[in-house]
Amino acid sequence: MRKLNLLLGTIILGMLFLTSCTESEKKEHTDAADIPVSKEMMAELTSPPNVPRGVGRRKAKKLIVNMEILEQVGTMTDGTTYNYWTFGGSVPGSFIRTRVGDEVEFTLSNHPDNKLPHNIDLHAVTGPGGGATSSFVAPGHEKTFNFKTLNPGLYVYHCATAPVGMHIANGMYGLILVEPEGGLPQVDKEYYIMQGDFYTKGEHGEPGLQPFDMQKAVDEDADYVVFNGSVGALTGDNAITANVGETVRLYVGNGGPNLVSSFHVIGEIFDKVHVEGGDMINTNVQTTLVPAGGAAIVEFRVDVPGTFILVDHSIFRAFNKGALGMLKVQGEEDMKIYSGMMQEGIYQPEGGGIQEMPEDENVKTVVASSDKTLAEKMESGKNVYMQTCFACHQAEGQGIPNAFPPLAKSDYLNADVNRAIQIVLKGKTGEITVNGEKYNSVMTRQAISSDEIADVMTYIYNSWDNNKTNVTKSQVEAVKNGH
Amino acid sequence: MITVLRLTLSISLLLTMTMAQSQSKMVSVKGGTYIPLYGRDSLKVTIGDFQMDVYPVTNKEFLEFIKKKPKWQRSNIKKIFADDNYLVSWISDTILGKNQSLKAPVTNVSWFVANDYCDCQGKRLATIDEWEYVAMANKTMPDARSLETYNKYILSWYEKPKTFNNEIGSTFKNYWGVYDLHGLVWEWTSDFNSVLISGESRKDVDNDSNLFCGSAAIGATDLMNYAAFMRYAIRGSVKAKYGLKNLGFRCVKDIKE
Repeated sequence: MRKLNLLLGTIILGMLFLTSCTESEKKEHTDAADIPVSKEMMAELTSPPNVPRGVGRRKAKKLIVNMEILEQVGTMTDGTTYNYWTFGGSVPGSFIRTRVGDEVEFTLSNHPDNKLPHNIDLHAVTGPGGGATSSFVAPGHEKTFNFKTLNPGLYVYHCATAPVGMHIANGMYGLILVEPEGGLPQVDKEYYIMQGDFYTKGEHGEPGLQPFDMQKAVDEDADYVVFNGSVGALTGDNAITANVGETVRLYVGNGGPNLVSSFHVIGEIFDKVHVEGGDMINTNVQTTLVPAGGAAIVEFRVDVPGTFILVDHSIFRAFNKGALGMLKVQGEEDMKIYSGMMQEGIYQPEGGGIQEMPEDENVKTVVASSDKTLAEKMESGKNVYMQTCFACHQAEGQGIPNAFPPLAKSDYLNADVNRAIQIVLKGKTGEITVNGEKYNSVMTRQAISSDEIADVMTYIYNSWDNNKTNVTKSQVEAVKNGH
Repeated sequence: MITVLRLTLSISLLLTMTMAQSQSKMVSVKGGTYIPLYGRDSLKVTIGDFQMDVYPVTNKEFLEFIKKKPKWQRSNIKKIFADDNYLVSWISDTILGKNQSLKAPVTNVSWFVANDYCDCQGKRLATIDEWEYVAMANKTMPDARSLETYNKYILSWYEKPKTFNNEIGSTFKNYWGVYDLHGLVWEWTSDFNSVLISGESRKDVDNDSNLFCGSAAIGATDLMNYAAFMRYAIRGSVKAKYGLKNLGFRCVKDIKE
């Protein structure tokens, strides 16, 4: 009995000891303000889409961050320039990577050529104005302030000088990551993507230096909605890349000023999403909402090769205002996971695109292409075009810069009719040059009948300054059977 | 008695002569009452008649001044009166930088020096209220603030790089006959730092301050807010010893009864 008591006592004592031990350990975690810092370190800052190296197992440090504000003209889209206001010379501004407990010494310098005072509000800062009050700096001057990172997560920073909306609308935003102790889990590829909406005097695509339009900004009538500051910042040669089997982590932010992003990667499912950039992890997500002035961390493993399109799934923004990026994945096909080529789903309520016409054409009721007049072919061709081609090549055949080539006045199209027919029949992948611009996208094979192909090709060739070829059904059949 | 009279006469004559030497052109501005920015009725400001320089002070004028005032030369100036940006692009104390035009407005000068310059001319810097009063005008109207074109013009300046090296008179002549209030450089005012901008503009909105009536901005969609906001922001961001590449000055004078 006595022995038992002793044993019990030891167990209780042991338990006590254990609890107190875990408690003290926990304490270190819960109160980030008490994490001691050792040594000084210069922060590595990167421009998008790159991110600095992870913190790994490093201890909390005094982290020196020097950021310069530059007001400078940059390219919005081909032929259109814009006077950006930037943190570190890029939109979004330089990516800052810290860990919980770091003491950040932040110096904000305002270039002497700049016209305006600026400041910075970092959502990762606990303190009045997020640093804005302490960092209000006139051109040709600099301000330094300190803060300790208390909460892990992905945070937006932005300028908060009056008029705030205008400073943000001109590109003054970026992301600061606060990693938990020990860092985020290792992944193969990490990228920095931030959406923003822009308001210009001219409509989307109007050439020349476009001034900011305050009225449109107030009305929330955006001319450009883009990733990383400009149309094409993430397409073509600027696309982000990965290899099959790798896990990709995207730090996704939204600077606004006005619009909320429905961030989606076409052909992928996010395995993990740090919802709103915080601790909560959601799994198997198709589209994640990134609020203006907010962020999200998304992760996914890429299993098959191809080009994956990043969009704001408020889809007109993607196809008409520029919110479109590309992730190019290289590697072995895996037929089990995906049998064919990557395809962008286009919803078609009737006719054409989705269902294959039966090869044996006994059931044919439509008037054969050969029996139609040019006007009839044009009319039917236009219908096919609006249902099948319009989404990518656009209403006036103008295409989308850096993503989808133009059909209007297209040298590539006019050079070879049979090649054009071939592309509609079989699809096209890889680089082509159209009117001097390089495109490297995917067009899927179009499952429409030979009649429809003849009509739509005739429509295209007889519109928008093309060479007026009248494509016949037999021509289409010849190409079809020839290969 | 006669000697005293003669003395006064000669002194005043001397004064007018020295002043006339480098006196720049001025125009009269008829005073009035207005509401600064877009504020409320309670914030009406009354301005008396005064004269204002037609142009901002040029590099040439400032060079003449500084030759006579060695204490304001770059190598002599006391640190409390100017920061390191003071006349930073000049080659030496009395030689302009290579790309600087004599007819461009002088910039990178501190408030102390600007204030003394005007003082030496028998003038003074304008108050914010006076400056804003004259700056409300476009070519034809004394108060054009509600016009879209007026505000667009101001806003477009913010997007034009390196205007500080443009010559004076290169913008428009306004209703009062004054040039370059918008579109060239910012200008010092005598009471620039009475503006209560903390740098945290959203906080400022809560301040019910007389000079910065930010609270009236809530819900306002008028473009003029933004053009004016930026002037108030730049004033709030500077200290009297600062020199900015895009900040010059001009003088005003009271009209004696």
